[in-house]
Amino acid sequence: MNLNAIVGVSARGVNATLHVPGGQTLALLGPNGSGKTTVIEALAGLTSPDSGRATLGDAILFARDGERMQVTEPRRRGVALVTQDASLFPHLSVLDNVAFPARARGASKSRSRAVAHDWLVRAGAEDLSARRPRSLSGGEARKVAVARALASEPRLILLDEPFASLDVDAAVALRSLLREVLVGRTVVLSTHDGLDAIDLATSVAVLDRGEVVEHGPTAATFERPRTAFTAAMAGLVWVSGVWAKVTQNDGALVVADGQRLEASGPGIGAGLRAAVALDPRCVKLVPAETASAIRDTVRALEPRGDGTLRVRGSVLWADVSIAEVARLLPQVGAPVSFWIAPKPNAFGLND
Amino acid sequence: MTRLPRWLIAVAIVAAAFAVLPLFGLASRANWSEMPSQLASADARTALWLSMRTATASTVLCLVLGVPLGFAVAALRGATRAVLRAVLLAPLVLPPVVSGLGLLYAFGRRGLLGETLEAAGIPVAFTTAAVVLAQAFVAMPFMVISVEAALAARDGRLEAIAATLGAGRSRIFAAVTLPGIGIAVAMGAVLAFARSLGEFGATLTFAGSLEGVTRTAPLQIYLARESDPQAAVALGLVLVALAIVIVAAAARPGRRVVQ
Repeated sequence: MNLNAIVGVSARGVNATLHVPGGQTLALLGPNGSGKTTVIEALAGLTSPDSGRATLGDAILFARDGERMQVTEPRRRGVALVTQDASLFPHLSVLDNVAFPARARGASKSRSRAVAHDWLVRAGAEDLSARRPRSLSGGEARKVAVARALASEPRLILLDEPFASLDVDAAVALRSLLREVLVGRTVVLSTHDGLDAIDLATSVAVLDRGEVVEHGPTAATFERPRTAFTAAMAGLVWVSGVWAKVTQNDGALVVADGQRLEASGPGIGAGLRAAVALDPRCVKLVPAETASAIRDTVRALEPRGDGTLRVRGSVLWADVSIAEVARLLPQVGAPVSFWIAPKPNAFGLND
Repeated sequence: MTRLPRWLIAVAIVAAAFAVLPLFGLASRANWSEMPSQLASADARTALWLSMRTATASTVLCLVLGVPLGFAVAALRGATRAVLRAVLLAPLVLPPVVSGLGLLYAFGRRGLLGETLEAAGIPVAFTTAAVVLAQAFVAMPFMVISVEAALAARDGRLEAIAATLGAGRSRIFAAVTLPGIGIAVAMGAVLAFARSLGEFGATLTFAGSLEGVTRTAPLQIYLARESDPQAAVALGLVLVALAIVIVAAAARPGRRVVQ
């Protein structure tokens, strides 16, 4: 059941194009305010798009039809949504929440509850059966919401920031549940964390201010991010420039100020645009006078939670330990040199 | 909480005295030792029993009609809503005798619908049914307001989620929205019951004061206030006690909402 969607919600500046092959998971990756929730809600039918077209298999979810939008009612879409707040029905027990979809399709009370029980068992939440949503923790509520979504036998499952505001243990538990139950299903999950994408999604769509700036298989997209934005989402240091070919396999990336960043780049044509994406651990801060280092100017100093300082230059950035900060005393506006080891791999941006 | 100014507390004490003094006034005239026998009299028992039956029927009518009306009003927007609201809630502030007149000219023997009803063999005016209609007419706005306010406080998100799970409109109404505003409906029902129990003017105008048929407790009290003031006071104190119980009951679910 392939999902093909162009979601246009002009009021929120969203115009996003997505494709999810049937049975696979797409991570919709972007920071807060990038339009993830709008895209998800438009697919579910909670928000009305004013342009675009979305199909799930042969069925149309919505489509621009001349002057008006043709919109399929949410209840006929077969699209289940797990929201950040779980949206459980507060007056129903956990069991009856999960029984709701079967009841809505006209199954008897006892039959629906039997089905619901099975889903709760699969979600590892059968001990919550008799509880009220009010008494659940965030992680428990989201587990129940996942079970309820699955119980609706959806053709597409939407998960809006499934791990947002969960503590570590709850996130781990939910992650292993999702890994198990989402296999073989068509899923879109939104997240601001590249790790969720790597962990759960076969492909990723990077959303920046309402538009998909990058869309491809997860691993390849993160190894070779084509935009600084994607690299930032993946936590990588990213530099782009023009490829100066030296041998068939080696050369240098010529960055904006003319400096050369040595790299391997088999098959990249001379003079074409190329980039490197570096693990931050490969970038070191060295004394300013060090030969063949990349010279830069400190633009910002950002303390990290983990006891390191992120030193941002115009071209590169590095996470520096407190000991090194004490040794090199980087200051905003002062010159700084970055050292990259080992030699990075460049990739072309033009193909 | 910040300390209140002294003058405000002084005014509040005067106000509380104003609210409570009439109750003491009633109690001061009560003949406590004869109260049981006064309440056991045929007149008092008949009137009380009629009041309970009609107020219950009126509350059911308010539930059946007022809840859908509250939903419909809440679904409207703009000027239509404002106008309709004003008209529908008017009985709340209308002099009850005017309500009674209106009912008479609508459902009475010579009223707009009266002849049709008469022809169909359903005479309304001056029957127990008229008492119920009079009570429901003045009490229904409480239900409409309660439902409408509760709906306005909902964002419709749970309803939208229910739709994605395959539920149709009726199921969403019955299984999601209605339970979601259950406390407000209960509150509306309690207030409607209380208002029905105390209804006097519209009942007298539209239904008359026939013993055992339309003479509810308030009418009985009015009738007895000169001939047998002690009996009137006894019956009055029963209504006071009922009112306090009802208000206390209405406050309970309120606390649950806060929690």
